[in-house]
Amino acid sequence: MTLKVVKAVRRTISSACKKNLQVCIVGAGPAGFYAAMHLSKNVQNVNLDIIEKLPVPFGLIRYGVAPDHPEVKNVINQFTKVAKQPNVNFYGNISLGKDIHLRQLREHYDAVLLTYGAEKDRLLGIENEDAQNVISARNFVGWYNGHPSEQNLKIDLSSKTAAILGQGNVALDVARILYTPIDDLRKTDITECALSSLAESKVRELYLVGRRGPLQVAFTIKELREQLNLKNCQTVWRENDFDNIEDTVPHLPRPRKRLTELMLKSFKQGNVLDDCSKYKIFKPIFFRSPKKFLINTDKQVTGVLLACNKLHGDNWVTQKCLATDDTEILNCGLVFRSIGYTSVQADNELSFDNGVVPNDKGCVLDDNSEDKLAKLYVAGWLGTGPVGVILHTMGNAFQVAKVMCDDLKNVKHDKRDGFSAISRIMNSDQIVDWNGWERINKYEIEQGQSKGKPREKICNVNKMIEVAKCNDMLIE
Amino acid sequence: MLHKIKNINIQVQSAMGFEWLCPQGQVASKCKILFIQKMGWFTSMSGRIEPRACEASLACTTCHVYIPHDYLDKLPPSEEKEDDLLDMAPFLKENSRLGCQIVLTKELEGIEIQLPQATRNFYVDGHKPAPH
Repeated sequence: MTLKVVKAVRRTISSACKKNLQVCIVGAGPAGFYAAMHLSKNVQNVNLDIIEKLPVPFGLIRYGVAPDHPEVKNVINQFTKVAKQPNVNFYGNISLGKDIHLRQLREHYDAVLLTYGAEKDRLLGIENEDAQNVISARNFVGWYNGHPSEQNLKIDLSSKTAAILGQGNVALDVARILYTPIDDLRKTDITECALSSLAESKVRELYLVGRRGPLQVAFTIKELREQLNLKNCQTVWRENDFDNIEDTVPHLPRPRKRLTELMLKSFKQGNVLDDCSKYKIFKPIFFRSPKKFLINTDKQVTGVLLACNKLHGDNWVTQKCLATDDTEILNCGLVFRSIGYTSVQADNELSFDNGVVPNDKGCVLDDNSEDKLAKLYVAGWLGTGPVGVILHTMGNAFQVAKVMCDDLKNVKHDKRDGFSAISRIMNSDQIVDWNGWERINKYEIEQGQSKGKPREKICNVNKMIEVAKCNDMLIE
Repeated sequence: MLHKIKNINIQVQSAMGFEWLCPQGQVASKCKILFIQKMGWFTSMSGRIEPRACEASLACTTCHVYIPHDYLDKLPPSEEKEDDLLDMAPFLKENSRLGCQIVLTKELEGIEIQLPQATRNFYVDGHKPAPH
């Protein structure tokens, strides 16, 4: 409470002296926080409001980064510093397009930056994709990471054989979480619910299916090494998949070379399975595209029909895969689709094309821009498409923020009142501020302690709000 | 010759908000180094070059730097984990290293460390970090 008062007083003092610029950032993930970091350092007299659909901040750092990669989450410490600055505010549990409309934000702020990412899974668009136990990797990752909207995920892990379609780092995250010994997972912040399901998992044979060849895999070496080094897991490659690969190796750029060498090394070690029953088997296969899912009368998946592909072209970068007439049936009772993400159009008045918001260096290209409306910007995956790691998002967010810094020097319209206007428009009781998040954070860490975990996440929005609000009295 | 420096916490603030610092108790020695970037340069005195994104836990590549060839041999060779991460860094060169894994020693006196294009782009044009 004291902090709130200090903040409010400071704001009043500064706004009395100079015109305060009001900036709204929609989405409290890495793009939003990196942009806020840059803006707060480089714009004088700016007030930054970060609004977020969930009551809790950090987006994919909290809900995307694998629980066994806690070191990647260290960026949270940096973001927390940003959020605690007197001119930065976090307002959680506000959904753009539902609680508040884009037009309203643009009427009450000097600039609006959209950084709400890419929350939906890409579809294959093939027959029976809606069958039971065809699971989106995105939903599965959200489920084990405690995302409130994924907690009703229906997944049956009783099948001996499973397949992951896609060969990116998300696909390897899914494979690693399925195969990591359960007692190792217990030390992470994975949810209790996911732990008890995974402990019962019967999966012992796991395919990782790629359209193209070993030279075109999208995962990176760190993730592959982790998978190859898993206890009680053997990796089995297909004999012909590495034909002619070795000759190419010397000509590859370093990252691709080291990655390919690691695969070749594992391939050459061969499949020394002294006792099959001891090991879980991981089987990356190449040159296969899913054509349709096979189902039983209960509409449960029983397998995938795969088209066999051939690569055309000499250069590994530009090689295209074309389906042949040959097919293969992969029998499995569980399939994960891991072929990438796509964004959603959160508000009707937002221009949206091909899964991204069309933009020029972060400035949203929209035709119906009126003078009285604040300029609109986009950063992170919503603007670039869902590719790249945190570093890329950081670079993009800094670049867009830099453009905003320049534009904010020339704001022409009248003074805007920012969040005070927004809180009059919507039901402000539901809003969770940074103090609320700190109570949730403290509660989660306490809940984790008794179990020897870094935290036990609250997986339910109502419970989050309850914890965020209920301690008000105590803290005051 | 290594000297143990206690309670050191040098921070060279840059425009993009990553800071170089020497964590407390880090074995380090005083030496002069030069970071070359688009708009200027700054020196740091001692310690480990450590940016804040992953806090030197080898989880990001925000501290990607180029080491001059005549200094490369003076550094302990990179380990597998560092190489794996460098493979993800944009503008990788054969003299790339992760700054957070480099402990500064007297032998590195006078080293001129170059920042890759991708990192330099993050700086605000016109900003000139003050030399320390």
